[in-house]
Amino acid sequence: MKEIGRYFIFLGNLLVNRESFKTHYKLVIDECVLIGLDSIFLFILVSSFMGAVSTVQTAFNLVAPYIPKYVISQVVREMTVLELAPTVMAIIFAGKVGSSMAGNLGTMRITEQIDALEVMGINSINYLVLPKVIASLIMYPMLVVVAGVCALVGGYIVGNITGILSPDEYIYGIRYMFNPFTVTFALIKSFVFAFLVSSISSYKGYYTRGGALEVGISSTKAVTTSVIAILLADYLLAQLLLSPA
Amino acid sequence: MIEIFNISKSFGDKKVLTDISGTFEKGKPNLIIGASGTGKSVLLKCIVELITPDEGKVFFDGRNFTDASRKEKIEIRREIGMLFQGGALFDSKTVEENVRFPLDMLANMPRDEKQDRVNLVLNRVGLKGANKKMPSELSGGMRKRVGIARAIVNNPKYLFCDEPNSGLDPQTSIVIDELIRDLTEDYDTTTIVVTHDMNSVMGIGDRIMFIHQGRKLWEGSKDNITHSGVKELDDFVFANKVMMAMKEKGQV
Ligand SMILES: Nc1ncnc2c1ncn2[C@@H]1O[C@H](COP(=O)(O)OP(=O)(O)OP(=O)(O)O)[C@@H](O)[C@H]1O
Ligand SMILES: [Mg+2]
Repeated sequence: MKEIGRYFIFLGNLLVNRESFKTHYKLVIDECVLIGLDSIFLFILVSSFMGAVSTVQTAFNLVAPYIPKYVISQVVREMTVLELAPTVMAIIFAGKVGSSMAGNLGTMRITEQIDALEVMGINSINYLVLPKVIASLIMYPMLVVVAGVCALVGGYIVGNITGILSPDEYIYGIRYMFNPFTVTFALIKSFVFAFLVSSISSYKGYYTRGGALEVGISSTKAVTTSVIAILLADYLLAQLLLSPA
Repeated sequence: MIEIFNISKSFGDKKVLTDISGTFEKGKPNLIIGASGTGKSVLLKCIVELITPDEGKVFFDGRNFTDASRKEKIEIRREIGMLFQGGALFDSKTVEENVRFPLDMLANMPRDEKQDRVNLVLNRVGLKGANKKMPSELSGGMRKRVGIARAIVNNPKYLFCDEPNSGLDPQTSIVIDELIRDLTEDYDTTTIVVTHDMNSVMGIGDRIMFIHQGRKLWEGSKDNITHSGVKELDDFVFANKVMMAMKEKGQV
């Protein structure tokens, strides 16, 4: 409970005594590049395979001959857009980007770099963390879109190669009864998860105490806490936005 | 001038500082000396509130820092230059960017002027030409000197140095000590230097505060440090072989 209070004070500090826009602009760009390079390869790899595996498994489960084949890709689409792309990728995002944010801030803490900023009269939370949060809010939704596309392409390729369903059927299923709100929903989730992962990981890293060992512990804790927050938020958002009014 | 009154600090149930008061004057370095682990770094951090003391008050030239608003604290902090015990260089920035950082963030001056200033201070700490190196490529002593350069680049009114010459060879040590003394005299800064190096003590120790296990046991200058009558201080001073030899010859 005390921890949560401290987290909100931390969030409050993000926005007070801001540094100039010009300073932040450059930092945000740097962070964006870092996040992108850090995770793009893994995102593409994981999402393509998930798309492929979902296709195979859905086909395996739909044995009845009267179900048209295009239902397979329809199911893959729904799974990808609603859950695989935004949520599962968020967990990977936490593992890759969140842990490195916590490690980075933790190292800055124990080597007194954060103290050095503070003693110059710079709000270190604003200076160090805000760019990370903004960059995550920019990059993560883009990565989710990339992941979604890769998943669908992965399904397409596998469906085609294994002969589960023809390209025409796959494409038809992808477009069949498509509800654009699911994409909006996925993007809303992406923003929420990006914020949670970046702020929680930064918080954990920022308040590291001790030495190199504790930096490692902070990184691990950052991932665990982020993942729990993602799952809770995922459930809440589904309740809030998807339950029939 | 910096005045501190009754500073105390505990971590958990471990009392690190007990009731420390004192005055640090302008124009000559003020030394804080004491054995390892007695709380020197913690005291320095309490003065600038990187660690919030449990009790006590700090005044910067009569301005109450302890009870100041957040905004006033930032104002005062911008007049401080600080060298940390480990250097605390920003490891993602080059030497030059590190030293220029306070100017970039706080000073309003043209690029050329900043560059001149950076080169000037790097020159003074004997690091001419190291501009483009990364902190990871530097030796411990070089990191210290970059830290000093960064601390003084903005002409601070208050200069804090936590063990400026640990890890330096004796000759460079003297250069750094003299640099700190000259800056303090030239710009009339209030300078606090934490050290346990007897060389520094005998070199620039015009004003010395001795801390032992979190308490201030003695205050004075290098001229009377050898006959303070404080046992802990004698132990500290004469742990140095040269000082001991001089004592045996009756020279101090
Ligand atoms: N953040 C902290 N939490 C808990 N204990 C601390 C913390 N910082 C310092 N201490 C303890 O306070 C005591 C004094 O530490 P400090 O770093 O001030 O020593 P020092 O006099 O600077 O020693 P040295 O000359 O080795 O640098 C030590 O026993 C240390 O373990
Ligand atoms: Mg120390």
